[in-house]
Amino acid sequence: MRLCKKWGLSVHKDNQPLIFEITKEGRVGYSLPELDIPEVDLTSLLPDGLLREELAELPEVSELDIMRHYTALSKRNHGVDSGFYPLGSCTMKYNPKINESVARFPGFANIHPLQDEETVQGAMELMYDLQEHLIEITGMDEVTLQPAAGAHGEWTALMMIRAFHEANGDTQRTKVIVPDSAHGTNPASATVAGFDTITVKSDENGLVDLEDLKRVVGDDTAALMLTNPNTLGLFEENILEMASIIHGVGGKLYYDGANLNAVMSKARPGDMGFDCVHLNLHKTFTGPHGGGGPGSGPVGVKKDLIPFLPKPVLVKTEEGYEFDYNRPKSIGRVKPFYGNFGINVRAYTYIRSMGPDGLKAITEYAVLNANYMMRRLQPHFDLPYDRHCKHEFVLSGRRQKKLGVRTLDMAKRLLDFGYHPPTIYFPLNVEEAMMIEPTETESKETLDAFIDAMIQIAKEVEETPEIVQQAPHTTVIKRLDETKAARTPVLRYKKD
Amino acid sequence: MKHRYLPMTEQDQKDMLDTIGVSSIDELFSDIPEKVRFKGEYNIKPAKSESSLLKELSQMAAKNADNKTYASFLGAGVYDHYKPIIVDHVISRSEFYTAYTPYQPEISQGELQAIFEFQTMICELTGMDLANSSMYDGGTALAEAGMLAAGHTKRKKLLISGAVNPESQDVVRMYALGQSIEVVQIPTKDGVTDIDALNELIDDNTAAVLVQYPNFYGQVEDLRKVETVTHEAKALMVVSSNPLSLGILTSPGKLGADIVVGDAQPFGISESFGGPHCGYFAVTTKLMRKVPGRLVGETTDEVGRRGFVLTLQAREQHIRRDKATSNICSNQALNALAASVAMTALGKKGVQEIATQNILKTNYAKKAFEAQGFEVVYQGPHFNEIVVKADTDITVLTKELLKKGIIGGFDLGKVDDKLAGHVLIAVTEQRTKEEIDALVQEMGSFRA
Repeated sequence: MRLCKKWGLSVHKDNQPLIFEITKEGRVGYSLPELDIPEVDLTSLLPDGLLREELAELPEVSELDIMRHYTALSKRNHGVDSGFYPLGSCTMKYNPKINESVARFPGFANIHPLQDEETVQGAMELMYDLQEHLIEITGMDEVTLQPAAGAHGEWTALMMIRAFHEANGDTQRTKVIVPDSAHGTNPASATVAGFDTITVKSDENGLVDLEDLKRVVGDDTAALMLTNPNTLGLFEENILEMASIIHGVGGKLYYDGANLNAVMSKARPGDMGFDCVHLNLHKTFTGPHGGGGPGSGPVGVKKDLIPFLPKPVLVKTEEGYEFDYNRPKSIGRVKPFYGNFGINVRAYTYIRSMGPDGLKAITEYAVLNANYMMRRLQPHFDLPYDRHCKHEFVLSGRRQKKLGVRTLDMAKRLLDFGYHPPTIYFPLNVEEAMMIEPTETESKETLDAFIDAMIQIAKEVEETPEIVQQAPHTTVIKRLDETKAARTPVLRYKKD
Repeated sequence: MKHRYLPMTEQDQKDMLDTIGVSSIDELFSDIPEKVRFKGEYNIKPAKSESSLLKELSQMAAKNADNKTYASFLGAGVYDHYKPIIVDHVISRSEFYTAYTPYQPEISQGELQAIFEFQTMICELTGMDLANSSMYDGGTALAEAGMLAAGHTKRKKLLISGAVNPESQDVVRMYALGQSIEVVQIPTKDGVTDIDALNELIDDNTAAVLVQYPNFYGQVEDLRKVETVTHEAKALMVVSSNPLSLGILTSPGKLGADIVVGDAQPFGISESFGGPHCGYFAVTTKLMRKVPGRLVGETTDEVGRRGFVLTLQAREQHIRRDKATSNICSNQALNALAASVAMTALGKKGVQEIATQNILKTNYAKKAFEAQGFEVVYQGPHFNEIVVKADTDITVLTKELLKKGIIGGFDLGKVDDKLAGHVLIAVTEQRTKEEIDALVQEMGSFRA
């Protein structure tokens, strides 16, 4: 703040300084060895305009300055380790610390993707064994680890479906069907893969309307993309009928694995009739979430899609592990190298920490936690679909809306209790939606405390709505002007 | 079952089932049709305790040759650079790595501000007006740049330099296939984009010209020539750039680039067998509303305090669905943070110094190879890579070098038949004079 004043800026006294506002010429935060070769005049190596005239204005700060800066920032951030984070559809479970240690082993962190395969057999072994585990978990026939995240996996699988249809001469299959409750990435990925999106409606039970599905399918159907359980947290009971409708017209069934935490060891996509699946290793398999990434989005496929997998394909031979590039029908490369290996190491470590009984317990406890919360909250909020949920459930704030309090307000009020709010206003087919996913790593005490907070907020809505409408009250910053941010975008710092 | 990640007790379970009004957990799964029900447990390896798993996985890791043990001269898009120790300390703060996308800005100011600073640093290095919060990697960032250009110009052809990283070229072709966009490769001449050929190929259906700076062979392209041809045809100039090199090279923005992309891996991000790294994406203001992925913007709260939010979200998949500018959702936020910390630690002077050391050490290696009688095939200005004609079977050479503690360069014959017998050698600031001398001497002794 003192520095800001020195520059004569009219800024708020409580502003958190930017790193650029604490910089001072002459300070350094690095340690490089002295150059151990003869110095040569750079202009002789970079002639004629290639040499930068003005240096990039990066900070000049000491190591302690850096640590204090980022420590201060971290205190202004809420993670799973800070408190409960029931963000629906994101599976904000505990991120085990062993994962972080293993991913930083020099033999995993400090190897180059283009090294001689003989020198990275350990890494390839891990990848292969992870694939084998994911094949068993999904009930698929083969898995690629190449896609970088869930949406990337969606697009990869759709490109494979496209190649499959084209190989059969089915070039008229230009349409991908997605339910109205689908994640936004589904239609977006379909577009990027060159398909048109057709929306299929949900019925009164929150499930895909079979009649509507029959109406929209045809010989132009390339695929149906489906999350099961869906984004309402409900299991699509008619999955086999849906599979037969789609397969009946020659389309493929695609499984969005965002909600896999709900069905592990209970129902496998491969057994439900799905032809391909993407997983979000940063969700179900404790990636971690990283503030928005990196993720990892492996894709599993049934036999008839195997030839189209991105290359290289990791194979095991008598001599060891190899990358097979000789895949004439492969769609090609969706990403440089072999995927987000570091995230895959973490997921593998997690799976090996849990074992088969652990993976089963995860799903059972995640579903038990969600149903417990749903039943305790049911008297206080509208529950649009009154049936057992899976790992998450969706409440509606329409009762509170009638009293002048929006779901957004209640979400902001939860911040005062130290919680990250649920996913709000999604799925789109529920008014004033709140999508709550507790995960299996939270204790009953944590769930109870959160439920109590929600009940108190519901009470406040009736008695003292302004407390909720004006929330949050205890955070480092109040509600921010998003309109201003969009109307007059300031996307970088400029020294003025 | 008892597990350190699962706090459920038998009593909890009983109490919760009572509240729900069911007698068993199984009842909660009664909506799964019998026919698709999975019975029993997965046929996978049994759980291991923390210490036994650590031991098994450290043995697995030890089977790999890492660059802490070996002197690595491999580059080709991924590099062994100085990673300030502080990077791991910052990104290990779990308030950062156990959070997700900052949808609730009031409790996500730390992440949002860190990304705003990242965007600023990328703008500074690239000379561009704005940058997004990150992409998966340099390859997919380049592909998205091509898609943006095609959408913006409403043209259906991309010209991509043959001196762009071949893996990135493959990724561009994949994305283009989905959008029915034609991709034509521009031939190279003397290790750089052939400007005459570019002149021949460019037409009024060309959306963009994609070049790499410094390019795949380490050569620093003359962007001014590319710019003239590109903008005359009203196409966009897309430059893929190693951001570390921009500590010393004139920024692509200053040379007229419309989109600059690349991978921030050289800044504090481990090689990690190829990922996760950190793509960046920077553009001029006129393309602001077409950028893929997340943007963090500055604003104020109700009492006038500065704060940061995700902004211009009408571009994104969760709002626009099938009309979004991209399908990207999760990005590489934690690695963008790592890159920010490294860029901050290196700072204004350090980035310049480290980039200079890369050029000088590579130049030293070049002279040493030439003194040994090797041909260094491209003689234009270079950053931290050179192409050496090895005069030997590179597969054998690589294995022999490994015995001497050296991870050799990249066998260019793997990506271009014409370059069989040539090796791409990266010399970063991490390589000592002794290591460079040893490489040159060992390669000399294996010549056919």
